[in-house]
Amino acid sequence: MATTSQTWTEEYVEVAGGRVQLRKGGTGAPVLVLHPDIGNPGWLPFHEKLAERYTVYAPSHPGWVSSDLPEWARNVRDLGGIYQWLLRALKLDKVNVVGLGFGGWIAAEMATLCRCGFDRLVLVGAMGILPTEGEIFDQFLVHGVDYVKAAFHDPAKFEALYGAEPELDRLEFWEINREMTTRIAWKPYMYNRALPVLLRGLDTPALVVWGREDKIVPLNVGRLYAETIPNARLEILDGCGHAVEVEKPDELARLVSEFIG
Amino acid sequence: MAHFMYFTEQPMSAYPEDEGRREGYTALMFSNKYYDPVEGSRLYNERLEEYVQVEDVGFDGIMTNEHHNAPFCMQPRITVWSAILAAITKRVKINELGNPLPVSDNPVQVAEDIAMIDMISKGRLVSGIVRGAGTEQLANNVNPAYNRERFEEAHDLLVKTLSTPGPFRWEGVHYQFRVVNPWARPLQQPHPRIWVPGVVSMETVIWSAEHRYPYIALNTTIEATKKVWEVYDAAARRVGYEAGPENRGYLIRCHVQDTEEKAHQGGRQFMWMQGEFTGLGHPVWGNPSGYSSPTMRRQRLAMFGRRRAAPYEQQLQDLTIIAGTPDQVVEKLKIIMRETRPGIFALWGNDGHVNHEDSKRCIELMGREVLPALREYADELGLKDPFELNTPVSLAYTPKEQLHPVAV
Repeated sequence: MATTSQTWTEEYVEVAGGRVQLRKGGTGAPVLVLHPDIGNPGWLPFHEKLAERYTVYAPSHPGWVSSDLPEWARNVRDLGGIYQWLLRALKLDKVNVVGLGFGGWIAAEMATLCRCGFDRLVLVGAMGILPTEGEIFDQFLVHGVDYVKAAFHDPAKFEALYGAEPELDRLEFWEINREMTTRIAWKPYMYNRALPVLLRGLDTPALVVWGREDKIVPLNVGRLYAETIPNARLEILDGCGHAVEVEKPDELARLVSEFIG
Repeated sequence: MAHFMYFTEQPMSAYPEDEGRREGYTALMFSNKYYDPVEGSRLYNERLEEYVQVEDVGFDGIMTNEHHNAPFCMQPRITVWSAILAAITKRVKINELGNPLPVSDNPVQVAEDIAMIDMISKGRLVSGIVRGAGTEQLANNVNPAYNRERFEEAHDLLVKTLSTPGPFRWEGVHYQFRVVNPWARPLQQPHPRIWVPGVVSMETVIWSAEHRYPYIALNTTIEATKKVWEVYDAAARRVGYEAGPENRGYLIRCHVQDTEEKAHQGGRQFMWMQGEFTGLGHPVWGNPSGYSSPTMRRQRLAMFGRRRAAPYEQQLQDLTIIAGTPDQVVEKLKIIMRETRPGIFALWGNDGHVNHEDSKRCIELMGREVLPALREYADELGLKDPFELNTPVSLAYTPKEQLHPVAV
């Protein structure tokens, strides 16, 4: 489902002793889009839509397919540190960040690490906070493809992007990414108890977006993010699961544009 | 002479199998509400009686192991069972195969347990080590992606703790200790022998050879076992020694009864944990992300959920299960001994629903009729164990002048 005429470029940036794959497209204010734990399936309609107004930076996380493995990294804050380094390497002093799912957790950690750098923060179905109601879906107990399916409210949208029976290459792509997720998010699973404490000190305006039918990260976590970050607002999309950027690309792009301006 | 030991997984078969079939698995998340502790208590005590008998009928050793959250094995703590055996037996070696090092966050405690068991048993312990199966990582919530790193570092710390006077400090990648100085030291110096059991991982075979630790092939086919020894022998030459039967162990499923018919009744029970009756594994839990080598990733994904045990008759033919009267099993076991030349030989006697009485008869026949024939044949083949040859416990404890590395 990547667009046919390529409107983006690809480069590799040397940071923290390894190479990070970076896709870039569009013009305008910079927007860093951090992908979910399953990896970035490509330049999606969501990226394309954002690139109409902004310069979109879409890296592949260190250790995920196409970027080098930081063997030393042990937690999500370590990835946040690598991304701060990436922003310096790209000479981006002010950037808007859109974190999708697991990428939202990285974005939230980054926001608590450094005051400078973030204009606006958008968290979409983000992990990182322990739910007070419900549980974060444990991907390590299920087959990789079943985890990806669980991210969708509408199975047809999964099939449109990946096919009814995803090919071995696709399964391998997910599995490599899941191995890196194992390395840095095994325990405690998908949260950092320090994060909500530190988020209370943010002065970055934040938009929290959630699919009402998110089966991966309960909506409860969205409410906790919105309550914890001082200047935050929660938007809930009906008929949408965890993969908001695939299930509701136009709506998400519109919300982001309205928020960033 | 070769070393002959007895093994059973110690199945806990007294649970409603229909529930297992309904769930589709009997591992990790199969509810322990189906565990009946009254039956558990009975089975533990029957096994204790059987292990005493194992010593009485003439085995050289007892092999113990550890698994978690599954009915196929009642041993969630290998050191507890080994400690009990240390107290209730007098002569046999207690062969832990093995301590699942990565699943513990405290290798120093493992060293303390080993030292205690070695002293209580008066130096009869073999403190083998393993990575632990995939499910064990989930059951103990230990990161599977660091399994091999943890195994190697825990091993280094364990050996240092057992063999080097404390106190010392340990600042590793996965383990950190302010003070390592346990008030317990093993009777066997520099440390009890370490053997390493395994199934398929050639990385582990090479690692074992490079440390001069005997490798125990777990019920592999004759062809696969020969491949293991090729890889082992080459690695041994690279680090400077010539491997022999004393470096080779082999475990085989083997059920013996007075009649062929009865032997096959019990032999079929080996299919129990292979999923034919129950003992149903789960492909994700058995091999969590990051646990196995990246070189196997694609193959594993392509085969997902398709792996099934070969039928009983096929396994009899492949000699991965042996069942029969004493004469019949001796003939089959001789083929394995001749083809793979192990100096350490483990007979896995009873599985599934084989009852106490039949287990005892199997052990009796093994000791009185099978072992004498196998011992004679081992001598004929020149198969010797590490105890008889008094081989160094490891490469680190092999005198340098005896090592002659060869580029292989």
